Amino acid sequence: MEHTSLLERILRGIALCVVVVFFMFPILWIVLMSFQTNDTILRVPPSFIFEPTLANYKALITGKLETSAASLEIHFLRNLGNSVLLSVGAVALSLLLGVPAAYAFARHKFRGSEDIAFTLLSFRFAPPLLVLLPLSLYFQKIGLADTYIGLIWVYQLICLPLILWIVRGYFEDISPDIEYAYRIAGHSWFTTFRKIALPLAKPGIAAAGLLAFIFAWNNFIFALVLASADKQPVTVGALAFVTASGIQYGQIASAIVLSIAPTLALALYAQRYLVEGLSLGAVKG
Amino acid sequence: MKSNKRRKSFFSRAALPYVLSLPALIVCIGVLIPFFTAVFYSLQRFRLSQPWARKMNWGENYLNFLSDPGFWSTLKVSLVYAGLTVGLELLLGLGIALLLRRRSRVNNFVSIMLLMPLMTAPALAALMFKLMTNPGFGILSYFLTLLGIEDFRWGSAPSSALFTVVLVDIWVYTPFIMILLLAGLRSLPTQPFEAAALDGVPRIQQFFRITLPMLTPYILTAVLFRLLESIQQFDIIYAMTQGGPGDTLMVFQVEAYLNFFQSTNVGRSSALLMILWAITFVISNIFIKNWLRLRERARGEV
Repeated sequence: MEHTSLLERILRGIALCVVVVFFMFPILWIVLMSFQTNDTILRVPPSFIFEPTLANYKALITGKLETSAASLEIHFLRNLGNSVLLSVGAVALSLLLGVPAAYAFARHKFRGSEDIAFTLLSFRFAPPLLVLLPLSLYFQKIGLADTYIGLIWVYQLICLPLILWIVRGYFEDISPDIEYAYRIAGHSWFTTFRKIALPLAKPGIAAAGLLAFIFAWNNFIFALVLASADKQPVTVGALAFVTASGIQYGQIASAIVLSIAPTLALALYAQRYLVEGLSLGAVKG
Repeated sequence: MKSNKRRKSFFSRAALPYVLSLPALIVCIGVLIPFFTAVFYSLQRFRLSQPWARKMNWGENYLNFLSDPGFWSTLKVSLVYAGLTVGLELLLGLGIALLLRRRSRVNNFVSIMLLMPLMTAPALAALMFKLMTNPGFGILSYFLTLLGIEDFRWGSAPSSALFTVVLVDIWVYTPFIMILLLAGLRSLPTQPFEAAALDGVPRIQQFFRITLPMLTPYILTAVLFRLLESIQQFDIIYAMTQGGPGDTLMVFQVEAYLNFFQSTNVGRSSALLMILWAITFVISNIFIKNWLRLRERARGEV
């Protein structure tokens, strides 16, 4: 590796540039578009230099779009709120359910534990519609259709296996001896769990939680099947917004930017954990 | 009194793991019930629009597939989509991982940048590309006219629709394969490479004789994982074309979704999903075995 020729270094540099341009350009372009008015967007050839405007974001945030013809109402902020509520709710619930279960799976090899863990894992890979379509009929019967609670419950399908498997790996890496010592000192099981096991597995729990949040935020199909317009998160809402607003391209672009910004920010913040989490711990990042 | 207390604590200790995993168990059951319901539906003649005609027809939905050109085209499109995306993503991802192999500030920065497409919701990524391929003002359409290609209609023409969604898929998921393989590459032991360099083995041979074999478990994990997701792709295709134009992009889940909600044919929709499930079940079993082995190894090294 040390004796790389100049030609090779140049070629590597070019290849690297091509890669960066291919993967970064769409994001850059949408961000640029979100600061343009429809007039500059529709200009041919496309303009890289323009006078940036915040009008698109203003229209989304105030919920009113003033056009020359009429004033249009936009409910995009509501979708953004739904996304926050659903993702945070789903992650909170699956941490609450998943972390103790992960601890049980890691520490106590009991009958059926592997079966439960594997059933959960294999449904992580099953076609989501297979479960969703019958579920939508059941939900209508028991009145959970189109409720936040019903949606958060269904989001457990993606969040819970993720948290269970990642956090379980972290618990297994911690030697149980410390916990035994603490137990022998006369502390109860619950204090041991809370004071010793939880703090030691904290990085794993945080990583799993962040990843679960990103997956929940990016989910499209669950809400498409189960939620009506006023409960839809941004992924579904943006699609409806495109159909509804037709030619307001600037607003569409800024809606997309607002929708992807939270996950991108989280990803950059937590990039250390992403590799491990994405492969469910099969590859140490 | 004393023995009673000990007994109680023994009992609670034995029950503890079950109590802790109860919620996970409930979710398991909550998933299994709809699953078996789907199996049941798939054996029925069941249209939401004709509830009176609902009855068991056992394997008829499946038998009908044999003579149904729509089914075979769904199977074909899904397989072609999965094969194309995963194949291209593997080649690209491996190439980029090799490019970024050496730890340097620039390489680390680039690999972090590449996380961004992966963290973009696939449905939103499809919308981004929809804006960029708009015939009126899309930047990609404009680039093509600069190259002399006029009237390339991307997602709205049957000839280029598959290309367009595959492009979006590659944009979103290549970083996934790249990141996994990069982690794999960087965890390889250095001695074999040093020895090969000392012996003057050409770099191409080093790659095929040392790097590739050692990287195979990582490649397998990444490819199987992506295959599982890709054969079920819904978000990108639905957001881009809703399976159109015509039925060019009717992959399993899009077809099943439209069957359920537009033609309200629950029986056919469930049977389609069962077949998709059978395919993913086989792949996921191979994947899980492979993944567990790799996981053991990764944890053994730390």
